[in-house]
Amino acid sequence: MKLLNKTLRTIAAGAIALAAFAPQVKAQTAGEGILVYNAQHDNLTRDWAAGFTKETGIKVTIRKGSDMDMANQLVLEGNRTPADVFLTENSPAMVLVAKAGLFEPVAKDVLALVPNQYSPADGSWVGIAARSTVFVYNKNKLKPDQLPKSMAELASPAWKGRWAASPSGADFQAIAGAYLTLKGEAATADWLKAMKTNAVIVRGNGNAMKAANVGEVDGALIYHYYYFNDQAKTGENSRNIASHYFRNRDPGAFVSVSGGGVLASSKRKTEAMAFLRWIAGKGGQKVLRDGDSFEYAVGTGEASHPKLEPLARLEAPAVAPSQLDNKKVTDLMTAAGLL
Amino acid sequence: MLSNALPRPGRLPALRVPAAILVPALAVSAFSLVPLAFVAWVGVETGAGEVARLLLRPRIFELLANTLLLLALTIPLAAAIAVALAWLTERSDLPGARLWAALGAAPLAVPAFVHSYAWVSLLPAMHGFWAAVLVSTAAYFPFVYLPVAAALRRLDPAMEDAAASLGLAPGERFLRVVLPQLRLPIAAGSLLVGLHLLAEYGLYVLVRFDTFTTAIFDQFQSAYSGPAANAMAIVLVVLCLPLIAGESVARGHERYARVGSGAARMASGARLGRAAPAALAFAGLVALVGVGVPLATLLRWLAIGGTKVWQLADIGPAVAGTAWLAFLGGAATTLAAVPMAWISVRSPGRLQRFLEGCQYYTGSLPGVVVALALVAATVRVAMPLYQTEATLVAAYLLLFLSRALASLRASVAQVPVDLEWTAASLGRTPVQSIAQVTLRIAAPGAAAAFALSALGVANELTATLLLAPNGTVTLATEFWALTGEIDYAAAAPYAFLMVALSVPMTAIIHFQSRRIAGR
Repeated sequence: MKLLNKTLRTIAAGAIALAAFAPQVKAQTAGEGILVYNAQHDNLTRDWAAGFTKETGIKVTIRKGSDMDMANQLVLEGNRTPADVFLTENSPAMVLVAKAGLFEPVAKDVLALVPNQYSPADGSWVGIAARSTVFVYNKNKLKPDQLPKSMAELASPAWKGRWAASPSGADFQAIAGAYLTLKGEAATADWLKAMKTNAVIVRGNGNAMKAANVGEVDGALIYHYYYFNDQAKTGENSRNIASHYFRNRDPGAFVSVSGGGVLASSKRKTEAMAFLRWIAGKGGQKVLRDGDSFEYAVGTGEASHPKLEPLARLEAPAVAPSQLDNKKVTDLMTAAGLL
Repeated sequence: MLSNALPRPGRLPALRVPAAILVPALAVSAFSLVPLAFVAWVGVETGAGEVARLLLRPRIFELLANTLLLLALTIPLAAAIAVALAWLTERSDLPGARLWAALGAAPLAVPAFVHSYAWVSLLPAMHGFWAAVLVSTAAYFPFVYLPVAAALRRLDPAMEDAAASLGLAPGERFLRVVLPQLRLPIAAGSLLVGLHLLAEYGLYVLVRFDTFTTAIFDQFQSAYSGPAANAMAIVLVVLCLPLIAGESVARGHERYARVGSGAARMASGARLGRAAPAALAFAGLVALVGVGVPLATLLRWLAIGGTKVWQLADIGPAVAGTAWLAFLGGAATTLAAVPMAWISVRSPGRLQRFLEGCQYYTGSLPGVVVALALVAATVRVAMPLYQTEATLVAAYLLLFLSRALASLRASVAQVPVDLEWTAASLGRTPVQSIAQVTLRIAAPGAAAAFALSALGVANELTATLLLAPNGTVTLATEFWALTGEIDYAAAAPYAFLMVALSVPMTAIIHFQSRRIAGR
């Protein structure tokens, strides 16, 4: 009896304390404004949202996720989705939602803010940022003349056990998608099979870079900003790292476009489109240039962060963002035993 | 006639289950079948041929070998460490036994993925099978330690005295008298460990070890609720069935409640003598691995981050969101587990085993499988419930029911059924006598059940990401976002607060387990 009373009292006291929190939790969800399904980096989108809200007074609620799962979630939700805007890290997720016919065409003036090559021809979404493929390597283990000349070279037996990658991530799948577009299905299937033998498989690009940094592998095939991010923080996961860009229109020089789109089912299309306009325009691109995301700005005439290798010098292959076929890529990866 | 009415010694007759207990138990079990039904439905839609093609490929055998080896090694290791530590803290004159006992429960306060994050930060090259075994053992052995310590504490030493007087040596007494009496808590705890090994994701990502669950996540991230992910989930369900059946067999039919004149005497501590330094070293090593390493890594990152990582505007809502959901989830899960726990103890049989199996198997499923089933169910047939707290709490319930059941069942088993009979003879209805007698005496178990499931909720990631109302932030979701960008310094306050929030809950579990023993 005493026991029960004491237990109940403890729980009741906890409940009262929590009830004080509850309204605060609710308040965040109830507000007016737009809802963003965000697969981009949380920090970056929060900076974008803060800047946009400051300028327009429109509130932004963010739901976190990653590229392909959010895209598939949107497809499942269909017209009943509560989302107004979808932002991704790579274009294949945008393509999936666009194919399902769920996007509102992007306003002409918004499309005009970004060079054509960063948006799909049908204007169903718009490029908002970009990231480059890179081979980060351990400076103590590889001399510049020992670096791979192309992404294809990593499939050769000489590279067995010497490089890391994260095939389960949308980032790597976009790179593999570029390979598929440029080299065809048979070559890609072979390359992925070789990868299963050659690569040290990790989850997350950050962990791939860490493996290279501690010398477990010589290098890792990831995106460029992990190095810069870590350097801007403690630097301890990139102390021994340098970046090698493949250039020469190689698939390994692929530049991946991050996209933004407005859902056709949105009840706040005007506000949602205003948010896209803000991100693709001066304000949003300035966040990319001055902030700590280290992703490339893509707006016409907008420079990127000064620490980055300029986009124009990367000699990226021409791959239309709407060409990337993620379904085919994951099927090939599953067949190769990578997934 | 009379002899039929009397229970056989050692085995109690199954009671008739009142409808007020049976109906809720049936409802919870039926609801627990939703994920299985969803997985099976996707399987049927995919077609047997395609499912077979997805399952009969080399990758699946790789994963199967990994997962089975992990189970085969980690469960006995965790159980052995737990029993040894429990015996030392409860039955020997180990110096500082109370402190070591608290440290034996403490690893539960550290989320599993924080355990591995700590080890990987300490030894960046640590990865693979042995790393997975080490870190999972460190994170999960308290699931066995807590019930075993509680049981050791309440064992009546009279049995051991009798064995000693018959000439059994101390070692034999432990093996032949004490250990058999511990099989209930060892089996229950090992089952919990096994289910968690099957369902865990974050821990194995950081130490780079592939299991079915990590592979299901990969598929989820690539193709959402695709055929491959669901086919692998079927394998997970199949894998957990022998665990559940094994526990059920090990449980047996013995009676574990004690009524009789007087109280059991406190067992006197065995003298360790010259073995004391070795025993201390063992307890110290367990504490170092289970608590020392995670705390040291966290404190190091907190020191590196300094004050600027404490962004209170971001951290405040995450703490509030986590505490609120943990409370809701813990309360709902505990309530839902009560009917089944009572039936399991009072009315064992085929129906009970089936119903209980339904409520246990979801514990072996990764959060993503349960969450996707509820996403599909709500989007298709109950859109107003989509992305609401109600659906999220329902997912927590499925994920952590096994934790609540294990704690509740152990404490209901200690309530002598005679007391319920007495209450009934005094005019209480069956439900009244359960509520007024059994549940009161089992209150410490209910508190532990609440705390264990609330702990699970506080550290849960995937179901929260998929099902939470828009705008919800929790410590786990923020920690995940920041570690994804390898910003460990900024992530450290969230991990620290998860541990801080978990400490009182772990303390409840620890102290209630001592109270269950009546001391």
